[in-house]
Amino acid sequence: MKKQIRLKVNGVEYFAWIKPHWTLLDVLRNEIGLMGTKKGCDRGECGACTVIMNGEAILSCLILAIQCQGKEILTIEGLAQDGKLDPLQDAFVKLGAIQCGFCTPGMIMASRALLNKTPHPSEEEIKRGLSGNLCRCTGYTKIIAAVQKASTTEGSR
Amino acid sequence: MKEDYVNIGKRLPRIDGIVKATGEAKYAGDLSLPGMLHGKILRSPYPHARILHINTDKAKRVSGVRAVVSGKETIGFKAGGISATGDEPYLALDKVRFIGDGVAAVAAIDEETAEEALDLIEVEYEELPAVVDPVAAMKEDAPLIHDHSPRNISFKTDLSYGDVDKAFKECDYVREDRFETAPIRHGFIEPHAALASWDHSRRLTFWGSKQSPYFTYRNMAKALNIPLSRIRVVQPYIGGGFGGKNEMFNVDFCAALLSQKTGRPVKMVVSQEEVLFAYRQRHPTIIDLKTGLKKDGTLQALEAHIIADGGAYLSIGALSLYLMCAFFCIPYKLPNMRAKGYRVYTNTQPSCAMRGHGVPQSRFAAEVQLDIAAKEMGLDPIDIRLKNALKPGETTPNGFKITSCGLEESITESKRIMARWIEERPKDGDGKKKSGMGIGCYGYVCGPRMAGHNTAGAVIKVHEDGGVSLFTGSTDAGQGSDTVLSQIAAEVLGVHLEDIRYGMVDSDVTPLDPGTFGSRVTFITGNAVRIAAEDVRNQLLEVAANALEANPKDIVFKDRKVYVGGSLERSMPFSKLVKIAQYSGTGKTIIGRGYWAPEGLEVPNFETGKGNMSAAYSFGAQLAEVEVDTETGLIKVTRMAMVHDCGQPINEMLMEGQLEGSAIGGIGHALTEEIIRKEGQTMNSSFLEYRMPTSLDACKMEIYHTETCDEVGPFGAKEAGEGIQVSVVPAIVNAIYDATGVPFKRIPVTPEVVLSGLKGKS
Repeated sequence: MKKQIRLKVNGVEYFAWIKPHWTLLDVLRNEIGLMGTKKGCDRGECGACTVIMNGEAILSCLILAIQCQGKEILTIEGLAQDGKLDPLQDAFVKLGAIQCGFCTPGMIMASRALLNKTPHPSEEEIKRGLSGNLCRCTGYTKIIAAVQKASTTEGSR
Repeated sequence: MKEDYVNIGKRLPRIDGIVKATGEAKYAGDLSLPGMLHGKILRSPYPHARILHINTDKAKRVSGVRAVVSGKETIGFKAGGISATGDEPYLALDKVRFIGDGVAAVAAIDEETAEEALDLIEVEYEELPAVVDPVAAMKEDAPLIHDHSPRNISFKTDLSYGDVDKAFKECDYVREDRFETAPIRHGFIEPHAALASWDHSRRLTFWGSKQSPYFTYRNMAKALNIPLSRIRVVQPYIGGGFGGKNEMFNVDFCAALLSQKTGRPVKMVVSQEEVLFAYRQRHPTIIDLKTGLKKDGTLQALEAHIIADGGAYLSIGALSLYLMCAFFCIPYKLPNMRAKGYRVYTNTQPSCAMRGHGVPQSRFAAEVQLDIAAKEMGLDPIDIRLKNALKPGETTPNGFKITSCGLEESITESKRIMARWIEERPKDGDGKKKSGMGIGCYGYVCGPRMAGHNTAGAVIKVHEDGGVSLFTGSTDAGQGSDTVLSQIAAEVLGVHLEDIRYGMVDSDVTPLDPGTFGSRVTFITGNAVRIAAEDVRNQLLEVAANALEANPKDIVFKDRKVYVGGSLERSMPFSKLVKIAQYSGTGKTIIGRGYWAPEGLEVPNFETGKGNMSAAYSFGAQLAEVEVDTETGLIKVTRMAMVHDCGQPINEMLMEGQLEGSAIGGIGHALTEEIIRKEGQTMNSSFLEYRMPTSLDACKMEIYHTETCDEVGPFGAKEAGEGIQVSVVPAIVNAIYDATGVPFKRIPVTPEVVLSGLKGKS
């Protein structure tokens, strides 16, 4: 039996008919059509599906869509505003923090949630903040540098 | 000669950076088509069993199920790295050979229905004795996994150069050890995914997560028994490969077969858990190694005996075994060597290529043994390497011709770095934490020459607004080759990187290409792109000379303009030139073509090891500093340095990214990663239990390059980022040896291993 839920995703309200066991990740991808949030492991181990729900970074594969009734969700597609990249997206691109790009949406969303709470994190805080997001390509070095750069760019705004 | 370049050598952001940062880049699993079905694969629960009967009736009756197929519905094609010896059916025909082997597949209206149907497929198995240990598998009375392979040997090598026995007798120091490496996984985050669409004109269009799409292009035609011209393979963005997405797999085949059966597009995305137990791994090895030296540290002789666990199928294993053995000949002078290798079938996950392909295992053994020898002989580990380093112009006994080579310089620089580190070294504190430093060196190929198709091609089309379309058959699995190739085209045509549109592989349109492996794309496809861009330039030269009333020899392409002899007064925009070429008179269609493969190489013989694999070899040294907690056994890599010779880097930032990723991956291989199996059953098929490095493992990284400019590589470039993986593990293990005095001979060196090693010492 499908149930209807109301979600606000990237500022837009959606009424989706869902099965109670569907995850938020599946609803974002299959019902709403936002494929930027990636399905890496579907069991909360790789971080590729990270989105921000009511200000908190969450793994969208570990939460049922039905638990998200009325929640505000920000995905990677909602980050750029008025055609302008988020400072994190910009820093990831410019500092070479992206290789295959499959972990990137989750990595950027986890970084976004971190900077929202801790605008000027230390290197150690960044490492801890991203430790749930796996990346096999970059060795994390340039990702950490990109988050540092974004934190300084944002500070001067 | 180094020149002033506009695009080459610059730290330019990758061309696909923005679409990846915004989530717009589409990977195979993100694609969908109208009417699309979803597929799932039923896998063997037994390591070795005969299939007596498969009943799919109940599964077919499930509402929403559109097709169920098993091996019976196939023509029985068997895949393999060398097609004549193919041994791997995409769906089991008579037997299953490991837990995870594909048995049947379902297409249904959604994934849930497909999964439900899988449960209703009835398979009657007759369990057969299984053998999961390669040494046991080689015994005469071991169960046979493939009837054609006595003692389960899937491939063997026997390399012998010089007079090894005599050389060992003349050595002042001889050392023998056994080394072992564990099975590890590639670790890409994007699982295998495929979308196939068969239409009534009997044509298949296929999108898949393939790092070498033309492998799938050929094998799909064979497996479906249809002409190659009926297949179109299109490449979306690829979420990492590292060697694990070269081959065509059952996920690709089943999507196509089910689409053929149903007349509907079929998508298959396997779970990460399936990737972890049912697809590929790096060959685990047992390496018995003997090294002989003169008292001054000169390497005289080496003898190796390798058993590589190939798992259930051959895959690309013949090449893997050749590489493991032949690469003992590099990066040091080694006049006498013998290496016997056996690649053995077992009832486990098949082994294949993985970053560094075979060389990381044997180099780990050789580099660690060299440090043990140095210590026992009272020699400095760096000096001993410097003494034996290959030099430009030398030829290894198996036939590798060393051209540009910055190994000596790399080792010399390493010595300076290490001296600085020693000064900066923290005191050992309470004595419970010990720090140490280690080195490892490597030499690697820039595109291996093998039998068969080896050429890369490029096509460049220019647009009247000055834009440039570049098509090659090469795939960027994340390493940045789309950007590097675009930089090469931009440099030759004097346009900006953002003027280039890179067209990803579409077998209907793009040139045939071997694929993304053996660090071949920048070196080989890069040359093809350079030639194609020169072809475009030549086609435009005459037009420019006429329009600017100049000698074609004096025309310069730079900064989106064409100049006469560099003079600003006599110039016109590149776009205007293209327009003139296309519009004036009968008009011209400006399309450039380039193709390239290294000339004069001797295709290596995999069994004897003889041959010259590559037109150039990259070299380098890796340094690691570790801190070992002697109470808990925990090891932390505190910093690393890489000094490498990659010729002229095309893009410094992307090149650094390759090195950093390789180095951090190496921490995993050295310290934490191991696929653990019990009787063929994988016990850690999740990222939680199989520990890859996280951001917490990232450490300080210093990168230096030794300036060489290769004569053959495009703009002097060579391989970067794959070769370094070879020396990361030995650098770390040697650093642990330096810290603790214990040479660990099996990787990964987990805390338990450290503690028992320390106990053994005291």
